[in-house]
Amino acid sequence: MTAIQRLPLDPTAHLRAEDIEAIGRELDAIRDAVLATRGEADAAYIRKVIDAQRKVELASRAVLLVSLFPPAWLAGTIGLSISKILENMEIGHNVMHGQWDWMRDPKIHSTTWEWDNASPSSMWKHSHNQIHHAYTNVLGKDNDLGYGIMRVDEDQRWSPFYLGQPLWNFLNACLFEYGIAAYDLEIGKYLKGRKDKAEFRQQVRDVMAKIKKQATRDYVLHPLLSGPSALSTLGANATANLVRNWWTHSVIMCGHFPTGIATFTKTSIEGETRGEWYLRQMLGAGNISGGKLLHLMTGNLSFQIEHHLYPDLPSNRYAEVAPKVREVFERYGLPYVTGSLPRQVGSAWKKVLRLSLPNDFARKAVGAVVKPLASTATRAEPERAAA
Amino acid sequence: MVRTLTLPVSHADAVSILERPAAAGRPLRHGLSRLGRALATPLVPTDFLDLLDPLASAVDLRGRVVEVRPETADAATLVIKPGRAWRGHVPGQYVRIGVDIDGVRRWRAYSLTSHLGRADGCIAITVKAIPDGIVSNYLVRRATPGLVVQLDQATGDFTLPARPPAHLLFITGGSGITPVMGMLRNAIDAMDDVVLLHSAPTAQDVIFAGELRALGGSGRLRLIERHTDVDGMLGASDLAELVDDIGFREVWACGPTGMLDMLDAAWTASGRTDVLHTERFRPAITAVGDGGTVTFTSSDVTVAADGGTPLLDIGEAAGVLMPSGCRMGICFGCVRPLRDGAVRDLRTGQVTEAIEGDGVLVQTCISAAAGPCSIDV
Ligand SMILES: Cc1cc2nc3c(=O)[nH]c(=O)nc-3n(C[C@H](O)[C@H](O)[C@H](O)COP(=O)(O)OP(=O)(O)OC[C@H]3O[C@@H](n4cnc5c(N)ncnc54)[C@H](O)[C@@H]3O)c2cc1C
Ligand code: FES
Repeated sequence: MTAIQRLPLDPTAHLRAEDIEAIGRELDAIRDAVLATRGEADAAYIRKVIDAQRKVELASRAVLLVSLFPPAWLAGTIGLSISKILENMEIGHNVMHGQWDWMRDPKIHSTTWEWDNASPSSMWKHSHNQIHHAYTNVLGKDNDLGYGIMRVDEDQRWSPFYLGQPLWNFLNACLFEYGIAAYDLEIGKYLKGRKDKAEFRQQVRDVMAKIKKQATRDYVLHPLLSGPSALSTLGANATANLVRNWWTHSVIMCGHFPTGIATFTKTSIEGETRGEWYLRQMLGAGNISGGKLLHLMTGNLSFQIEHHLYPDLPSNRYAEVAPKVREVFERYGLPYVTGSLPRQVGSAWKKVLRLSLPNDFARKAVGAVVKPLASTATRAEPERAAA
Repeated sequence: MVRTLTLPVSHADAVSILERPAAAGRPLRHGLSRLGRALATPLVPTDFLDLLDPLASAVDLRGRVVEVRPETADAATLVIKPGRAWRGHVPGQYVRIGVDIDGVRRWRAYSLTSHLGRADGCIAITVKAIPDGIVSNYLVRRATPGLVVQLDQATGDFTLPARPPAHLLFITGGSGITPVMGMLRNAIDAMDDVVLLHSAPTAQDVIFAGELRALGGSGRLRLIERHTDVDGMLGASDLAELVDDIGFREVWACGPTGMLDMLDAAWTASGRTDVLHTERFRPAITAVGDGGTVTFTSSDVTVAADGGTPLLDIGEAAGVLMPSGCRMGICFGCVRPLRDGAVRDLRTGQVTEAIEGDGVLVQTCISAAAGPCSIDV
């Protein structure tokens, strides 16, 4: 991936300004159709998911009280991992997007929700909803791009620091919830002196308070309650957190890293029209193909494209709008990036590895070895995931 | 017109004193609840208890509909089992009910019509479906036993004093009979001389007709039914003719806006507003002007608003969690600070302005945008 306007083949080059505005109108119509039918069934859906998640959590924690017994450990750990994943993704992420605010239920509302994650909801909402969604894949604006510690785009200048990025990425995956909190704190911005000190200190206090609560629950109280099973319960809770971190990290990498997804330069989004905004969201995200269970467990971020087009539509409706959105992509000749989970995760990791080295490293290295053949080498086509 | 002093607070206190744990048990209870919160974070223990029994919560009051009894073609009584946190009510008061309709929670106020101290602990409301009314039609035509609704504690000062005055007159119209029925059912034995002047379009539209006519027949009250389809609307000149000793009576009145406005004017003219008590079901909207853009600052939502729709409705429609109460300007449950701009009181037309840095408190349920404005919600 490279800033879209500099790609050898700009995927939007064939679109006239009228086309882009027509795309905007078509996508608005798809949105309006969902809004017109949003109602009781949707409300019942989210209530059912919340109800199920809480019951799974309760049951798993109960089973873990006797986690010394290996089948109990296994069942409890699997259950707790599932519950934590649901809580973060299909519930927390989507509720905090305001997808369910229309229900006017103060218990399921973006302004009141707090999630099982190190980053306090108010901080996360700011960096995610206001920065990432507004500046999706804009280089230098969207911190989700490489989280400020990784080189995820050819247009980012290489430095030896990035040699370590496969390791950074691995560690970030293991500790993802803390990674999110760290970058919601905008530590880089603070270090550069571009963030208010008092505000930063207050946010650090909030994050630490939240981490303390979570850690007390998972690593002190529930283990203590398990009596003789204390250590194995602690292990189970740590495992569940690790599984959740790995899973959410993988899903989120698939959303914006795989090959074929475009990035944008800062200047390209100035004075963006509604149609152009939609276009950037369309090209800056990628989906994961799979069945209903996958969609549920990814919080429907497997429909990352639809989510970016319509961040506040109820997540259970993405599946139904996806074919309509894809049809618009196809009609206007735009690449709709999607692939299976292993394939997209693989593609994202491949990029992390490749970009840890300077851009032309591979070519130079190959060139040095097979110099005599260099004159006949042709330029590689940019890779593109199958639409 | 006076507002009778009532004692809902003392009632609540009585209950909470009974429930208060013994002093020695307090640190233990406190410790346990802290432990519960630490175990459940980021949720609270009641979030898990709600899964098992939505009525058990001591924090969020809910109720379960146990019976829906038709009263007339377009009115029904709902018998509701309130949750553990219910603190009781005084006849004449109303309760707010939150119902999820097409997935959207909507709150409305309904007067309590039940007998106090029912063995099953249930309360009752009686709802008249109005044309295009979202909640009233749902409750009358679609609600079934088992439905769980959100509740609020009873409130309102349209109540009788502990010792009712010797000579009473109730003037009601349509569904306005409901708070009065609550009083009659519970306090008729304490009333010596009572007249009920009730208007409804036809004899069939009279809610509680059987019960009222039986009371009238047994001589415990004097019932005057007025069927407006044939008799016409109640006018000021009819009053003295229908109730010859009207000047000696203390009056409780509830009904449509027109009727209440007429009564207010008549009693104001005679300088006896101290003996007229009224209950309105909706605000009397008189002033509508130009609207503007409204910003709900804490929720970070900005929408266009016309000059006739209360900010409460505008905010709710935009998904903002608006605090609310009676929705008609009497309870102050909807008050929020106006940070900037201008709003108009829909009842009086009075415009309230704020400049940046201000926090002028306004009632969102009867205030509409009068130009661009920002409100802290
Ligand atoms: C203190 C208090 C006590 C109340 N007690 C009762 C009661 O015991 N029984 C009862 O049936 N209602 C009672 N109401 C009225 C009730 O709260 C609702 O306003 C009513 O049921 C209409 O709600 P809705 O959702 O059906 O109508 P909405 O969908 O809110 O309104 C639909 C249309 O009807 C108009 N409208 C709204 N309210 C009324 C009204 N009261 N009369 C005529 N038109 C109206 C609106 O302007 C709108 O055009 C009480 C109201 C208050 C404030
Ligand atoms: S809601 Fe009661 S005064 Fe506004």
